[in-house]
Parts: sequence; structure tokens; C-alpha cells
Amino acid sequence: MPQFLKNKKTRHDFVTYGLVILAFIVVSFMQANHMIPRMIAGQLVPICAYIVMAISLNLVVGVAGDLSLGHAGFMSVGAYTGIVAAMSLAEAVPNDGIRLVIALLVGAASAALAGFIIGIPVLRLSGDYLAIVTLAFGEIIKEVVTCLIVGVDERGIHALFNLTGKLTVDDLGLTETGFAIIKGAQGAAGTETISSFFAGFLLVMVALVVVLNLVRSRTGRAILAVRDNRIAAESVGISTTKYRMIAFVVSAALAGAAGALFGNSFSQLSATKFDFNMSILILVFVVLGGLGNMRGSIVAAAVLTILPEALRQFSDYRMLVYAIVLIIVMIATNNDTLKNLISRVLPKRTSLEEEVRADA
Amino acid sequence: MSSLTGTFNPVMNRRSVIAGVAGLGATSILAGCSDSASEGGSGASDGAAFKIGAIGPLTGAAASYGNSVCNGVELGCKDFSTDEFPLTSKAEDDVADGEKSVNAFNSLADWGMQALVGPTTTGASIAVAEVANSDPKVFMMTPSASSPDVTANKTCVFQACFNDPNQGENAAVKLAEMFPDEKFVVFYNSGDPYSAGIRDAFVAKAAELKLEVVDEESFKDDSQTSFTNQLTKAKDAGATMIFAPIYYTPASVLLTNANEMGYEVKMMGCDGMDGILGVEGFDTSLAEGLFLMTPFSADEEKNADFVNAYKAAYDEVPDQFAADAYDAVHAIVMAMQEAGLAIDADPAEIAEKLPAAVTSIKVEGLTGTLTWNDKGEVEKDPMVYVIQDGKYVAA
Repeated sequence: MPQFLKNKKTRHDFVTYGLVILAFIVVSFMQANHMIPRMIAGQLVPICAYIVMAISLNLVVGVAGDLSLGHAGFMSVGAYTGIVAAMSLAEAVPNDGIRLVIALLVGAASAALAGFIIGIPVLRLSGDYLAIVTLAFGEIIKEVVTCLIVGVDERGIHALFNLTGKLTVDDLGLTETGFAIIKGAQGAAGTETISSFFAGFLLVMVALVVVLNLVRSRTGRAILAVRDNRIAAESVGISTTKYRMIAFVVSAALAGAAGALFGNSFSQLSATKFDFNMSILILVFVVLGGLGNMRGSIVAAAVLTILPEALRQFSDYRMLVYAIVLIIVMIATNNDTLKNLISRVLPKRTSLEEEVRADA
Repeated sequence: MSSLTGTFNPVMNRRSVIAGVAGLGATSILAGCSDSASEGGSGASDGAAFKIGAIGPLTGAAASYGNSVCNGVELGCKDFSTDEFPLTSKAEDDVADGEKSVNAFNSLADWGMQALVGPTTTGASIAVAEVANSDPKVFMMTPSASSPDVTANKTCVFQACFNDPNQGENAAVKLAEMFPDEKFVVFYNSGDPYSAGIRDAFVAKAAELKLEVVDEESFKDDSQTSFTNQLTKAKDAGATMIFAPIYYTPASVLLTNANEMGYEVKMMGCDGMDGILGVEGFDTSLAEGLFLMTPFSADEEKNADFVNAYKAAYDEVPDQFAADAYDAVHAIVMAMQEAGLAIDADPAEIAEKLPAAVTSIKVEGLTGTLTWNDKGEVEKDPMVYVIQDGKYVAA
């Protein structure tokens, strides 16, 4: 065993990477051989986006200990900037793959900027107050995007902010060859779908590497210290705002990239998609997967995205069944009697339990 | 063994593995029994039937539209089913969301859908149309998604309803014929692409036809509980007729407000206003004299068979969503026969050959005489009705 793998945490991280790569290979193989129903095959890219969202939110909620309820807002920023980047570069960069990478980078950068700007006032708060303000921020982003009209022609990108609700695409003054990308309340429509499962897999890997390495670094230990006891951390000279901000901005950037991936996988995307429910959905992935547990987030995001679709035969009752499944999972994973039973069957369980939280 | 598990175990995240296995187990069990969903039509039992899928919001805020469409498809599959050409249908819920709609489409594709009637809402239709038009293609006809983006640059995607620009232009033409001397105010929902799309085309065409539009008033979804402000402005501007390309719920509020402030004004709406007589708590006498440009009237003699069958099956009066969906099924069946395609034809083959057939047929449907151009847009005569004694009367 190489020297660096002797470290338990490093080993744990590498197994996580290995499992993700293995899952990707298995799924790709099954897809190539038409072993996956179309219903799941069509969801592969959104699942990757949700996984990255869950990982990134876990960094804020699980690792930094700040409850954020506006994560869909960053996804929205990333999605729309990513779509605009991809659509406006359609001629300059004909290769879909390179264009998607540019879109992801643009999405990540703009969401990081949004995260930084919002982080300055928001991160002065903590606990419930932080949750409320981030929630409000998510709603504000949604309203702002609803007012946006963006188009592109050979002279460049044109944007209008439709505050009165009276402007239309015609007011952009596009030339003959130009076309509208974001049409106000209608959202982005008629966009090309360039996201691929491979790109989604790469993004998941990048998100994992970034987050796990951040957590293991000196910065990460400082973030954990701030989470565990802010006063103690401050007393030894750790700037709480700085480290919370680092976690918040990195998380926003990853959410933006996830948004760009998601946005470029659908031909139509309205701003209302990224509402409060979306933020809560991501939070559910994080909580069910385990706070600070990246592997858990990945599994939870994948399973909970497929679950409502797999429950289609319950027709009208499927969201009811979905809710019941969520509650059962929540009870089952936190049931002391059940845990005792498992620990009796598997004596190693207690040491595992500590290891489970090893991500953070 | 113990040393082996000892080295391996600490890095196994037992909890997530258990959760994952449990989840996968649950999904596979559920996937195994997925034949029970709402299948309708005849010939479902012997398996050799033409499979038509329907997508719409069966739950959530837009559920009434989705249910109408899915019921219309189901009834259409029952009525147009023959011994030689049996039809079966299956409806899936998309909650009016693009992502869910694509999922619904893919699960219908797994079911073996050969042609799609849907989705119901515009946003979902744009998302699904892109998927339906990429390999492997599936023929799609949306009964109610009215944005031109739905059919743009797609070979196997058709609309059974007017698109928004056409509807706006038709409305301007009709108003110029019927009321050339009125002063108009346009009332529209700026947050709704349907409403804003019609408004844009109407305003452009009205300028061309020299209709006098004295005012424009807009609102958004979250401010549709009172229109007194906008009505006061319109009244001050001297408007004598409202053109309101909006849905029936805000329209009922608009009529009530106008009545409360004693504003005597004529009003015309588009197909979204169909259903205004069924709004709960709305005094339907206020809708007397209201003009609507809608392709379908449940009160017309020629539609009586459909209306009665629909009432018997679903216990409500069909609206234009149901009628458009019914006509879409009609068109698909006719086009299949026109193209000479077999009942067990491959969806990709249908998607390739059906478009040419659809553009060559003429459907005598519930919503008029329908033909299609090669862009996938429907061509039919716009019809204007006026509400008299609680019934639609051709105007």
C-alpha cells in the first residue's frame, strides 16, 4: 500500500472516488447495451446535477454548519449564465464538449460572484436568521430572472431588465440573425441541449475532489473548528467570517456549475423551476444522506431523484408514497433500537459510525 | 477473513450502502409491477393495439387542463378504435414542469408509445419536443401548447391548437371586422407567455389594421385578485372594449371588478377564457355578452355526441383542451391510415412518415376543419362565440 493511502481519511476519500468511477462505468456499460430503461437514461444528466448540488450544499450545511435555504438561487444563476454562454458561443465554438465546459465555468464563476456578494451581508448572521435570509435571497433571484430578457446577435449580447412587465423580446433590437435566449417569464426556451452524462460524471468528480480536499486542508480544519465552536475558534485567531465565506463561495460556485449542466440538458427552463421547493429538495438529499457525509449525499440524490419517477404507477398518490418513503427512511436511519440491533449483528458498527462521519 | 474485513470495513460507509440497496430494491420491486397505470381504450387486453401516450399536469395548479387533455385522449382512443385499428392510451403526470415532463415522456417511451398527444403546457412541451425530435424520434402532437418555439425547427412535432401569434392576429382581424369603431384596451398577464405572446401579435396586427388601442394594462400571477386600478386607468383613457387574452379565473375577477365600478364595457377573450361559466363563486350573469375566440363550443349541435359521451365518462362538460386532444387523436389515426402504416409500426418509422401524412390530411374535427402546414402549425378557421343566456352562440 502506498504511503499516502495509510492515512485512513485519504483512503476513505479514494474509495469514494473509486465508487463514483465504478458507478459511472457500470451505468455507461449498461446504457451502451440498452439495459437501462429510457426513463432512467433520460435522468442521468439531471441526477449528476442534483448530486453536485447535494455535495455543494453539504459543504455549507454539513461542513460549515450554516443552514442555507436558498441554494436553488445559485443553481439558477449558474443555469441562466451557462445557457447564455453556451447559446451565444454556438458559432464561435462549434464543439459541444468545449462549449459545455465554457458554460460550466461561466456558470460557476457567476454563481461564485453572486455567492460572494450575498455572503457579505448574509454571513454576519447565523442559525435561523441565516436560513431566513438565504431563503429570501433564493426568492429574489427567481423574481430577478423572471424579469430578464436576453438575446444575442452578431453585435453581442443584449439584455433588458423588464421591471414594468411591458417590454418584450422585440425591444432588444436584435438584428435578423439574432435570437432571444431568455424571454422573461417564459424563461429560456428553444435552447440546444449539449449536456452529456460524461460531462455530468466529470463534474461530480471535480466537485468531490474540490470539496473533500478542501475539508482535509488547513482551511477545512478551520471551517470545522468554526462550525464546532465559534467562540473557541475565534479565541485562537481564526476569522470566522472568512472561513464561512470560503465554504459559502465554493459551494455557490459548484452549485452554479451544476445549474449550468442542468440548464443545458433541457430545451426549456423557466425561472420558477428554481423555487423554494428545489432548495428544500436539495436539503432533503443532504439531510437524508447525512450531514457532512458526501457519499451519503450522492446516494441520496440519485435514489431520491429516481424514486418519484419509479413510483409513477401509483399515479395520483405517488407524491404521498414518496413522502411516506422519506419518513420511513428518516425514522429507520435514526432508530436507536434498529441501530442497537445492527450493532449486535455487526460488532464493528460503532467504529464504522465514527468513520461514516469522516468526510467532515 | 477478519483482518480482511478489518482493513476494508472502516472505509465502507455501511449506512449509505444499506440505504442505497434498500432504495434500489424498492425501485426494482416497484418497476416490476408497472402495468397498472391508467390505461384506457380498447384492445389493451390483447396487446396488439396502437399505443398513444398523453402527458399533462394531473396534479398541481394546472391540473384541470391536464386532466381535460388526458380525458380527451382516452375518449378519442375509445371512439376512433376500430377492429382493424385498435387504440390504447396511457396518461402520465408532469405537474406542468419541463424536467418531469421529459421523465414522463421517457417512461411512456418505455411503455412502447408510438405517438404522443401532449404535453399540455407550453414550457413542458418545448422541453419534450426537443427530446421527441432527437433520436430515436417519436411523433408528437400537442393539443394545447401554443408557443411557436414548440414546433420551431422540428420535423415530427405538431400543434392541434393555434399558436399565440396566429391567435393574436386572428383576434385583431376579427375585431376589425366586428367592432371597427370601438376604442380598445388590452389586458394581459405579462408573466404568462401565452398571454404576452397573443398580446404582442395582437398589438402589431391592430396597428396594421388601424384599430384604435387607447391603453394597455398588465398584471402578474400574484396580483390577479383585483383589477380596479387598471380598470380605472382604462376607463379614463376612454376604452369601450377590452381585449383580454387571459385565462378564465382572472377574467372572472376582471368582469366582477368592472361591474362593481359600474364600467359598461364590452370584452373579448381568447381560448383561455373558455371555462369562465364554471368558475366557482362567479356570477355568470356578468359574462353575458362576453365574446370569446375559441375553437370549440360544447353547446353546438354537431358536438353533442362528444359532449354527452364526455359527460357520461367524466361527469363534467368538456372544454377546448379536451376537444383539441380528441382532435389530435383523430388526426393521428387518419394520418396513420393515410401513410399506410401498420398498427405495430416502430415509433421511429412513424415519426419519419407521419409528418408528411399529417400535412396532407383534412380533419373534420370538433374544433373545426383542421389542416397542417409543414412547420407543424395547425390551420383552421377562428370562431368567435358570444355568451347568451349562459350558452355559447356563434357571433
